[in-house]
Amino acid sequence: MAVTQMVGARIQRREDPKLVSGHGRYVDDVRLVGMAHMVVVRSPFAHARITSIDTTAARQLRGVIAVLTAGDFRPVISGALPVTNAFVPDKKQVPDQYPIADGEALYQGEPIAVVVAEDRYIAADAAHLVSIEYEPLTAVTDHERAMQPGAALVKGDRPDNIGWDTTFAAGDIDAAFASAEIVVKERITQQRVFPIAMEMRGCVADYTPFEDRLTLWTSTQVPHFVRLFLSGSLGLPESQVRVIAPDVGGAFGSKIRPYPEEYLCAAASKLTGRPVKWNEERSENLLATTHGRGQIFDIEVAARRDGTLLGLRFTQLLDIGAYHGVFSAFQVVACLVAGGCYGWEAISARSIGVFTNRTSTDPYRGAGRPEATHLVERAVDLVAREIGMDPADVRRRNFVHDFPHTNNFGLVYDSGDYDKTLDRALEMVDYAGLRRRQEELRKQGRYLGIGLSTYVEICGLGPSAATAPAAGVALVESSVVRVHPTGAVTVIVGTHAHGQGHDTTFAQIAADALGIPYAQIEVRHGDTADTPFGYGTYGSRSLAVGGMAVLRSCQKVVEKTRQLAAHIFEAAEDDIVVDQGRYYVRGNPADARTIGELAFATYGAGLPPGMEHGLEAVSFFDPPNFVWPFGCHVCVVEVDTATGAVHIERYVAVDDCGNVINPMVVDGQLHGGIAQGIAQALFEEVRYDDESGQLLTGSLLDYFVPTIAELPDYELDRTVTPSPTNELGVKGIGEAGTIASSAAVINAVVDALSPFGIRHVEMPARPDRLWAMIEEARR
Amino acid sequence: MIPAAFEYARAGSADEAVSLLSRYGEDAKLVAGGQSLIPLMRLRLSQPSALIDIGRAGGLDHIRRDNGTLVVGALARHVDIVSSAVVRDSLPLLAQIAYDVGDQQVRNLGSMGGVVAHGDAAGDYNALALMLDAEIVTTRGTHRARDFYRDMFTTALQPDEVVTEVRFPVAAGPHAYIKFRRRLYDWAIAGVAVQRVAEGWRVGYVNVGATARRGVAVERALAGGASAADASQESSRDVEPIADVRGSVEFKRHLCAVLTERALEQAQAGLSGRA
Repeated sequence: MAVTQMVGARIQRREDPKLVSGHGRYVDDVRLVGMAHMVVVRSPFAHARITSIDTTAARQLRGVIAVLTAGDFRPVISGALPVTNAFVPDKKQVPDQYPIADGEALYQGEPIAVVVAEDRYIAADAAHLVSIEYEPLTAVTDHERAMQPGAALVKGDRPDNIGWDTTFAAGDIDAAFASAEIVVKERITQQRVFPIAMEMRGCVADYTPFEDRLTLWTSTQVPHFVRLFLSGSLGLPESQVRVIAPDVGGAFGSKIRPYPEEYLCAAASKLTGRPVKWNEERSENLLATTHGRGQIFDIEVAARRDGTLLGLRFTQLLDIGAYHGVFSAFQVVACLVAGGCYGWEAISARSIGVFTNRTSTDPYRGAGRPEATHLVERAVDLVAREIGMDPADVRRRNFVHDFPHTNNFGLVYDSGDYDKTLDRALEMVDYAGLRRRQEELRKQGRYLGIGLSTYVEICGLGPSAATAPAAGVALVESSVVRVHPTGAVTVIVGTHAHGQGHDTTFAQIAADALGIPYAQIEVRHGDTADTPFGYGTYGSRSLAVGGMAVLRSCQKVVEKTRQLAAHIFEAAEDDIVVDQGRYYVRGNPADARTIGELAFATYGAGLPPGMEHGLEAVSFFDPPNFVWPFGCHVCVVEVDTATGAVHIERYVAVDDCGNVINPMVVDGQLHGGIAQGIAQALFEEVRYDDESGQLLTGSLLDYFVPTIAELPDYELDRTVTPSPTNELGVKGIGEAGTIASSAAVINAVVDALSPFGIRHVEMPARPDRLWAMIEEARR
Repeated sequence: MIPAAFEYARAGSADEAVSLLSRYGEDAKLVAGGQSLIPLMRLRLSQPSALIDIGRAGGLDHIRRDNGTLVVGALARHVDIVSSAVVRDSLPLLAQIAYDVGDQQVRNLGSMGGVVAHGDAAGDYNALALMLDAEIVTTRGTHRARDFYRDMFTTALQPDEVVTEVRFPVAAGPHAYIKFRRRLYDWAIAGVAVQRVAEGWRVGYVNVGATARRGVAVERALAGGASAADASQESSRDVEPIADVRGSVEFKRHLCAVLTERALEQAQAGLSGRA
């Protein structure tokens, strides 16, 4: 019997029709009887002492239920936020953060007071009536200056502004530099960027007294994390807290941390006895939702004139913001993977996390790996330039070829074939022809640039063998697979989808594994009341870890079904053949039972002795290793040297994420990912005033998120090198586009401008920036 | 993004709008498409006590040719201007400029009168009105564009004065509009419009001064026989940009020269403008 294989099928995402037709259900769609509305009053200063708060006028406004400040929350939210310091490498300084400022505000946008009112409009008006007197203090606005001795302090009682200062060294770096024929140095900046999810943050908290229960609908990537953290702070057993992440309109890493407002909203519900809804506005989203990147790298590369890379030495200066983000220190991973897909004799990387009077940084699509890729791909181009070799050839000369490959820091690259993706990408763009055209155009005064990015990334967080020693956590994933009596299936997972397409891809995996039609399989996630504990979705982990948990549960279900079939056929288990959902005795396929029939039997009479009723299984999957997707992106740009405008002419990406469950979902992830990398390379940048620390890019008028009109068509292709790490042979693809693309774009821009002697361009490659560089070069 | 409380009244005509403006006082604001005012209100940068909505008033969305004049009603939407055959015949540059205003949603709602009354230096039509010295007709009389734009967001309009139409001289000769921006729907970082008229070239600048600017020095150089390249260098006398997240003063001045030269070349070559 021919059953269509679902794994690998290019099918449309089943979740999309409702989302694109306005039938999604987001946090703001939750409306409860008696629901009140919360607005947060925020610090307008980057750093200020709060000398007085007068809430009288606000409380007198008709329809206002409560105006709450730090003192009001103290009895309800115990102590500092349980901000995990798990990833802070040496824990030099892990300051306490409270959900609401008490006496001193450390960043613009920090909550100072909370208004709860009968509707959003009254709450917004009342927020403007809260009268707060501030005494502005010196704002620490530059993380490089902030680390100097004697620098102004982010908070007066801190010893200095350093959060961590750690060096990762492997190999004899001095020897590598001593034996070098050339050394290139550069400063490479990763500007702060806004994650800009289409749906902003928001939550609805419903605390029911007497039952002492809290239900929180929230726009998050990590419902179980939120429950874990909130229950601790609010003094409730986890069993009394239910967190529901309904449809979530994008996150990109900015919704991993449980936020102050989630605690405040829950506490406000408890204090007022009303369900309370809070939704941030876009201007608050830009101010107070975590930012990405915010790092400066000073790099030195030792190499030989034949293109052989020897040593890489660099410093990562990371702008933490006023407090550690929950996972900001994870971005130190950049140090461990900055070697990229190349062999090095030695790497030495020092990471320094520096506090500033700014919003916290936290992961943003790629989190540490885009930075690493950008760094090493720029480094390789700098070496190529220095020795006059084609950048493709320098890459080829240094690629790692034998897998599994243990990198300088002991991380094991599971599988790869870096030449293959490079060759295919160069073939797609007609590299030799492009180089000839580039020469021709230069003679006409036109500046074409070709940029390569051959990346490898670490994802699939994470094997407990690696994460437990480093951070004391085991980032496993879970699933429940329940086959109902008629053969319909519910797959319940601990991960959470907010654009990744799990409803589709997990069902594809289960359909094949169980031999049950795709249409009969439903995937559920996001509600802690009915999902097993999971660590959530980020770090391109959901398929390689969560998908494997689904597969494992399916396998357990199949095993039980096989036992039942053996009993019914009065045959040995080994003689039962399982063929796409049909169970029969070897040699007699005509007399088969379907899994649906057998599922029905498990709920009825006639089970073998000792077999429990029902057909469901639970699995937790702890991967043995990370997974390592890779690929080659090529960007072709033309720079208008009179205006500094960059036009992307072509964008070719050849990626390898191992086996593919759904090619259309993979393409979609790449489109979005590449767009965000291009956005960082050419458009987006959070800017603060140097003196006051005021956010200058506080609206989407001044923060240049590109639209489809500014982005190129993507030419995609793939190679398939299965991962040996998991039975599905899959890696991850959610972040690859972003990880690869900023370097491809910037390398192309630098290549275009190389006739002017320009060897590096900072992001974003704004027209005014490029024009100024060209002018400078022409002088 | 919730505005402060305000009262709301709908005006059925320009005259009714005038009387409503008088009744609600100086803090009342006229709204048509709302594409500039509403965002400012949502940020509470503007907190009018009342909105007088003229958006659905009848008889103000006309577009017609009146001998040597193109008459555009205050409530003609950008989308109407883009698609008007009369505009394309009488002043094709205006149709091109209208097509470059905002995005489709903005063009569906925003109006000629709104742009002119708001007096934003970044408002695309204001440079054209100024360079052609259009007539801005209101409920109180007629303003020449050269006397109309006073300062940043400041025009000659009185609080209870309502723009009813704008009268542009007809000009169908060589023209171009180049709007340099980072995203298709953005305000111009710098914009330049050029139009050949009987007396010579007219040049206008968008968003490089407190108000729209006329390229007087460039026009004079061209009249004196200067090449496009040489005349464009004169643009630095005509503009007074400020530095912001879009670029430095020097960059914007430079852009004006580059864009002027390109616009003149495109106009002469009969091409429509693109940076």
